[in-house]
Amino acid sequence: MGKAKLAVWKFASCDGCQLSILDCEDELLSIAEAVEIANFTEMTRKVTDGPYDISLVEGSVTTANDAQRIVEIRKSSQTVVAIGACATAGGIQALRNYADIDEYLGAVYAHPEYISTLTTSKPISDFIKVDLELRGCPVNKEHLIELVASALAGRKPRIPHFSVCEECKMKGNVCVLVGQKMPCLGPVTSAGCGALCPAVGRGCYGCFGPVKNANTASLATRLKANGTDPDKIRRMFKTFNANTKAFEREFSS
Amino acid sequence: MLAGIADTQGIDDLIKLLLGEGYVVMGPGVERNVIQKKEITSVGDLPKGYTDTQTPGSYRLERDLSSPELFSWAVGPASFKNSLFPAKQTLFEGKISKGKASITQKEVPSHKTCFFGIRPCEVAGMAVLAKVMTDGAYPDPQAVSVRKNSLVVAVECGRPAENCFCTSFNTGPMADDGCDIIITEITEGNHRFLIRSGSDAGYAILSRLAYKPALPEDVSARDKVIAKSISAISKSIDQENTPALLARNIGSTIWANIANRCLSCGNCTMVCPTCFCASFEHSNGLEEDFSAVRRWDSCFDSAHSYIHGGSVRTSVASKYRQWMTHKLSTWVDQFGEIGCVGCGRCITWCPVGIDITEETAKIAEGESLHK
Ligand code: SF4
Ligand code: SF4
Ligand code: SF4
Repeated sequence: MGKAKLAVWKFASCDGCQLSILDCEDELLSIAEAVEIANFTEMTRKVTDGPYDISLVEGSVTTANDAQRIVEIRKSSQTVVAIGACATAGGIQALRNYADIDEYLGAVYAHPEYISTLTTSKPISDFIKVDLELRGCPVNKEHLIELVASALAGRKPRIPHFSVCEECKMKGNVCVLVGQKMPCLGPVTSAGCGALCPAVGRGCYGCFGPVKNANTASLATRLKANGTDPDKIRRMFKTFNANTKAFEREFSS
Repeated sequence: MLAGIADTQGIDDLIKLLLGEGYVVMGPGVERNVIQKKEITSVGDLPKGYTDTQTPGSYRLERDLSSPELFSWAVGPASFKNSLFPAKQTLFEGKISKGKASITQKEVPSHKTCFFGIRPCEVAGMAVLAKVMTDGAYPDPQAVSVRKNSLVVAVECGRPAENCFCTSFNTGPMADDGCDIIITEITEGNHRFLIRSGSDAGYAILSRLAYKPALPEDVSARDKVIAKSISAISKSIDQENTPALLARNIGSTIWANIANRCLSCGNCTMVCPTCFCASFEHSNGLEEDFSAVRRWDSCFDSAHSYIHGGSVRTSVASKYRQWMTHKLSTWVDQFGEIGCVGCGRCITWCPVGIDITEETAKIAEGESLHK
């Protein structure tokens, strides 16, 4: 059996997740050894045509062209993995979903008439079947390595689906919410970052999106009782993962 | 039994003697504004003058610089569970070369550890956990080694926190079973410490220290400390009737009510000194390498009840019910004792302040209303 062919695709995004792949530094050579990097223009100009075994998709769908391109990618890929908050939830640019797009265009561009865009920013799974989602803003490089390693062994990748709080406690952090009444989204956010922010004394920003059973209403009630400004609470939920059911209901209600 | 009276210097002498005996002394200190266990080398490392305020979902530490008191606080977030059962531990790792796997077993630490200033509920918690870790058919080598090589210097509680309810299970505020040395801080009259031996090993250590012998008034001052602590504890769980109560109320509406508040974040299981669930993760790496890692798991994680075809417990109500009924009911069926030692951590460190004692009381109330 030849090496698996890997492609990396970019949609509306900041490239941070693709950079996380390059950030694998120590493991990058092993990855290049394990799979054939067939299409990854952020890393190399050398492009091999499809079909591909694994396609990593970064970014959200924000234009009519995106919506077509993603269908083509699905057709030429055995496995499609959406990586990062943009690809899995719509990203920070999904704030447009809750605003007037023409107003945004007028405020940002001198000639809005040159811009052709959809009124929304949506995750990849709204357009095609996605085989796996790696959350995060950006994704955790360990998850990318695990993805490749698991593909090598033909097993399911082990990606945590529990709360940031569990990671936080396992790491030995002291809870900033209980200890300092600092607002923290950890209890309703999916693990994956290793509880980075609480480790440096900040509340979780929710980069990995809502965890299963996310009880955002109860957390919001508690944050308010702890003295956090209700407007601030709404804004906490309205960031990279705003366009998810669990987070959306806390700022759109 | 040996019983002596020491001042603050006497506590330092004890720590120094333990160090001289080759113990790594793990004691209480202040780190990131909470009481944490850490390696200590002198009495100066202890949390002098600190007091804590714990309410459901809230923890505060304050310091009175003029206070000489060393032990006027209750348990912090991290229990000694980590010593027997580390949060994350590599069990073995290995390499494959030319089609053959070679495995490197992780070494079991064998150094002597002194658990210093550990609270009675912690001692009790370690005993409950030990039943799982060391007493079964497959004892955990590390936990066995830690238990065998440890010396327990417990401190009786003179200032329980609002969330403590050890009195419900006789796991505090006084110390007895499982302690080598027991310290009680006395603040009435002269500030002093009553230090007693609880085992032969403790006796051997204390006999090498020149403490003044304890007088009857010292012993009665200690009894007063305990009596005051007992009366300060207001939360409780009925040890005798709760196991059956919960077993009868599996279908109660209370679970759905709790689920409205519960975040299923798992903090309660992480801080609980007796929660023992683990996930065993076997993986390969990129380079013909592999490892087996054991990490804490939680019944609040949907993957915890995953079997072929899906998870058994998917609702928050069923997850909380699993946690609480295991602690207070099915643990008795499994191990012959209750799985809670009343340390109050799950109440303090629950971000939304869900209180296991209050929820238990509500279930009992609900039942009596329907009678
Ligand atoms: S700091 Fe945040 S993530 Fe950590 S335990 Fe507390 S609420 Fe959870
Ligand atoms: S259930 Fe709560 S009070 Fe009981 S031992 Fe566990 S953390 Fe402590
Ligand atoms: S009871 Fe509290 S700590 Fe436990 S899972 Fe629910 S919200 Fe989290």
